Amino acid sequence: MKNTAQSIGNRQLRKNTSFGQTVRHSFTMAYRGLLKIKRTPEQLFDVTLQPIIFTLMFTYIFGGAISGNVHNYLPVIIPGILVQTVITTSVVTGVQLREDMDKGVFDRFKSLPIARIAPLAGALLADTIRYTIATVLTFAMGYIMGFRPDGGLGNVVIAGVLVIACSWAISWIFAFFGVIARTASSVQGISMLVLFPLTFLSNAYVPVKTLPNWLQWFAKINPLSHLITAVRDLINNGNFGLDFAISLIGAAVIVAIFAPITVRAYMRRT
Amino acid sequence: MKHIHETMLDNGDWAIEAHGLIKNFGDNRAVDGVNLNVRAGTIYGILGPNGAGKTTTIRMLSTLLRPDAGSVRIFGYDVVKESHIVRQLIGVTGQYASVDESLSATENLVIFSRLLGLGREESKRKAAELLEEFGLTEAARRPLKKFSGGMRRRLDLAASLIAQPPLIFLDEPTTGLDPRTRNQMWDTIRRLVKTGSTVLLTTQYLQEADELADRIAVIDRGIVVAEGTVDELKSSVGNSSLHLRIKNPLDIETARYTVEKVLQAKVNVSSEGGKIIAPMENADSVTDLLIALRKAGIHLEEFSVQKPTLDEVFLTITGHNADEDASNASEQLNEVEVR
Repeated sequence: MKNTAQSIGNRQLRKNTSFGQTVRHSFTMAYRGLLKIKRTPEQLFDVTLQPIIFTLMFTYIFGGAISGNVHNYLPVIIPGILVQTVITTSVVTGVQLREDMDKGVFDRFKSLPIARIAPLAGALLADTIRYTIATVLTFAMGYIMGFRPDGGLGNVVIAGVLVIACSWAISWIFAFFGVIARTASSVQGISMLVLFPLTFLSNAYVPVKTLPNWLQWFAKINPLSHLITAVRDLINNGNFGLDFAISLIGAAVIVAIFAPITVRAYMRRT
Repeated sequence: MKHIHETMLDNGDWAIEAHGLIKNFGDNRAVDGVNLNVRAGTIYGILGPNGAGKTTTIRMLSTLLRPDAGSVRIFGYDVVKESHIVRQLIGVTGQYASVDESLSATENLVIFSRLLGLGREESKRKAAELLEEFGLTEAARRPLKKFSGGMRRRLDLAASLIAQPPLIFLDEPTTGLDPRTRNQMWDTIRRLVKTGSTVLLTTQYLQEADELADRIAVIDRGIVVAEGTVDELKSSVGNSSLHLRIKNPLDIETARYTVEKVLQAKVNVSSEGGKIIAPMENADSVTDLLIALRKAGIHLEEFSVQKPTLDEVFLTITGHNADEDASNASEQLNEVEVR
């Protein structure tokens, strides 16, 4: 019995996790996420096929009607498809989180002396690899179809990082759905319901001024329109406009609201 | 923020002190005022049928579930207010393997080690060491999907031991295992306690509690209905009994007469196979009985002294059979044993 007392006495017990530990735990959980992607590469089908198919399809369907020809449409549609594809991909984060949380391993994560946010932040961090794949493929498809952005490679990279960062922020919303929903398929359902109006009722495919007045109002305040405009400004003109700032602030606000409530909901859930 | 402090064991030797634990799920009161005190360095068994509230109790003790009422202290630390400290002192092995299915055994252990603050190299060494100890080295690289139930449980237990926690929770550690793997698991649990750990385990198998636990709490419908050592629980039901099987069935009446005369007690004769069961109050009288039987020329086929089984204990305490509620589970066990 003395033995036990000693082995406890020698332990250095911490009351909280430090910021450094929180970051380290999150990165370890992200490493776990990457290993999972490596083990099941088939879950990358959507992020590889969607950019290819959507870019081909929408460009050839709408190109002639909206911009006169396919080539002139590319600077408009590539940013639109980029944002739509990457944001759609972030829904998967919430769905997979729900599936993951139903497994026994999450009980172990909860019982470990680690930062409460780490399992969530890690999963979200690992998923940025998916956004990166989708981003690179969309730009690559554009390039193959003849798109040569005037903003130059540097600004294309910045635009890509902006979209990935904003998608990461938005994935906290779907992570929240993932934590509070009962099943993975309901997460998918709710998220798509939110996402469809957001992506299509924007300036992604058509000029806003062709829309009826009431719809113009919505398309203009739609946060995705601002993100798309920011990307267009960057890759076509090399401008950091107001929309760039709005996108970043919007992303920060989303994280500031949804990260805490997601972690709280996660901790409350049994 | 960074409070690093040395622990003092000023609360005596209690690993767990739980008072008046209550948990409701909707209208259903899963745990209804459970009190438990577990001494450090012992194995404590929570015994009860399916749905008795065992898992809910263990989840509240191990910080996974917040109690609706009542308090729990682990080595003197409150599970709600000081949960982060408590988590540094416990290892939890859930009822369903709490390891990552899609990863390999090594990857699982490395990730848990890293989360517990071990370095990269140290984590790899620790993982290899634990896999060796639990006989999983050969399967280290295989994805867990290809693991048998027993291997998974072993890995699960290995993962709980990375930080060498002084208190380990095991929720039904052997449910669904075949008898050989179950015995291995029992040996592992006994070894843990020898190194100074405290183990709290739940089980629905009376035999398992009997084999392992120093003390047992019998839990039924969310309430602790009995608590004590195995022997205390058994003697609360009655004394030991003497079981005799007579070789020649024709001798049964003579045998019965002899036994009743020597032990001076009323005996039961079971209809099948000439079996006599007599209460044994004084162990010395058994010698007299055996001599008397030999003198009467009665040959015995089998002779044994039996303490009441925990099944009888359970029946007496709760007024219903453990098997009634856990019939599915015990059927599973039987199937496994038949194999």
